[in-house]
Amino acid sequence: MTEELLRRTFELRGRDFENAGEKSTEVTSILKELDIDPDVILRVGVVTFEAEMNVVMYADKAILSFILTDDEIAIEVADQGPGIPNIELAMQPGYSTASDEMREMGFGYGMGLPNIKKNSDEFFLESQVGKGTKVYCMIRLNSNG
Amino acid sequence: MKLSEIKDLLKCEVLAGADALETDIDTAVASDAMSVVLASPYPRALLITGLTNIQSVRTAQISFISSILYVRGTRPNDTTVQLARDNKMVLLATDTGMFNSCGLLHNRGIKGVI
Repeated sequence: MTEELLRRTFELRGRDFENAGEKSTEVTSILKELDIDPDVILRVGVVTFEAEMNVVMYADKAILSFILTDDEIAIEVADQGPGIPNIELAMQPGYSTASDEMREMGFGYGMGLPNIKKNSDEFFLESQVGKGTKVYCMIRLNSNG
Repeated sequence: MKLSEIKDLLKCEVLAGADALETDIDTAVASDAMSVVLASPYPRALLITGLTNIQSVRTAQISFISSILYVRGTRPNDTTVQLARDNKMVLLATDTGMFNSCGLLHNRGIKGVI
């Protein structure tokens, strides 16, 4: 039986470039304190950071939920935003609708969602145009993807 | 190669972490796109970038990278430097461009991440 050890929820704000990434570093700090395997922390950090940047670049706001159990870490980011019209296209490495301003921030090169998927043991994305996007990722504590 | 040798080779200004320049580096990742760094994270690599905003330091934090070389005369602002100091990172800044910086470091045996 899986036991839930920790649950945290963070609010993310769209277009808040200055603070973008702060919640991800908070999440990885928590995991470091709990002595979680550094490889797992690295993967969780990449997933949450890329998801956070997607919210900052494209959405109005979002909730990032983070659940640690004794055998996995589940991350869900549910945003209110424009949604993704073509998920298959959005998942292609290099495909991006980012503006020059977003690229000047170091993101928006069409690698965010592929990076998130690559670092997840389970990945699920659903989106409704005009409403928002929900990304669910699970990372096992005893695997290296 | 020690960070102190990189500093001398590329005539760097030390913006943070002057007390950690004896750290050895054998691998580097160079990009202005932080997703590229996150796509092939390599803990303890040197991040070479011209991107000076706070995301350069946050990307390094997430990737377990503890040293950044800013190229082509770019300099991060005080908030970014302070975040790096708080996290015990080394920040170097050179006027040399990205291509030449990478070439000089590769010549001295620094390898790329991929």
